[in-house]
Amino acid sequence: MATNSTEIVPALTTNRAQAEGFLRKSISKGLGWARKNSLFQYPFATACCGMEFMSVASARYDIARFGAEFPRFTPRQADLLMVIGTVNIKQGPILRRVWEQMMEPKWVVAFGVCASSGGFYDNYAVIQGIDQIVPVDVYIPGCPPRPEQVLDGLILLQQKIANQDHRLAAR
Amino acid sequence: MSKAVLETLSSRFPEAVKETYTFRGDDVVILDIQATVAVCTFLKFEPTLDMKLLLSVTAVDYLGETPRFEVVTNLTSLTHHHRLRLRARVTGGTPQAPIAVSVANLWRGANWWERQVWDLYGIQFEGHPDLRRLYMPEDWKGHPLRKDYPTRLRQPIVPERGIQDLIRGPGPHPGTPKLPVWKD
Repeated sequence: MATNSTEIVPALTTNRAQAEGFLRKSISKGLGWARKNSLFQYPFATACCGMEFMSVASARYDIARFGAEFPRFTPRQADLLMVIGTVNIKQGPILRRVWEQMMEPKWVVAFGVCASSGGFYDNYAVIQGIDQIVPVDVYIPGCPPRPEQVLDGLILLQQKIANQDHRLAAR
Repeated sequence: MSKAVLETLSSRFPEAVKETYTFRGDDVVILDIQATVAVCTFLKFEPTLDMKLLLSVTAVDYLGETPRFEVVTNLTSLTHHHRLRLRARVTGGTPQAPIAVSVANLWRGANWWERQVWDLYGIQFEGHPDLRRLYMPEDWKGHPLRKDYPTRLRQPIVPERGIQDLIRGPGPHPGTPKLPVWKD
């Protein structure tokens, strides 16, 4: 009853690529879980949407339930840039600099229709969407958006963070 | 009381005051712009008028007419509680670079108003101490509130990433009309 050695299937795969893939997936999952529940936001509030942001941040809608607890008023401590309101061309360099000062990993949310596309300010003074200046992850429409919309946008961003993929550094 | 202001002005400056009228309680004087400083000095220091407060200086662009621009000055008196609006067509300078008369030496508040008018309408003010742009960046081309300023012209300070369409992502949309560029 001699079996051919080539037919023996090992119980544990020792394929290197598969093992690395498993490790990478686990680490990505863990990091994504940790990051999505501890978003430190920088509110770049320039216009009336800032009022709606206050409503989202305060007790009734309470964005802290989703881990976005603290607004940090320095970009160095924040990892979520919320651009809330109209950004005109003279604000453009400021926004760009704030975004550059944030540390990786960082995400950007365009809050309201003015930040997303310029809104009805289709004129000489307003940037037609902040994606002309910085890359944007989630666009929240509305003028101003309801707090439910903002929470929906935040959950979308959390899904995006949870599904992120990391490369393992080659040493 | 309001009639008295208009009558005092037209009897004191018969050739500078072209027309006076009252529109919904606002007294308006249409003025020769060369007489601006004389009329304003009279309005400010005459005790029966006493227009010590300048509310605003602004301009109107009547594209297609000559002279094209009109400078509008709103005055009020804190002691007599009456208001006056001065309208003056800008006759000085060229149609592209009109020159009006500054009242910044009479009312210090006119300084920034006239800078705003220079910024947005491109009307220079003779006698202004420091005529720079107020709102727009210093290297801005053109004056955006003029009627012939291209509506969709953009002059960004930081270079834009060129995203024309939110759904399609980067790159120009085939249906996007080409944005105008500034021509000197």
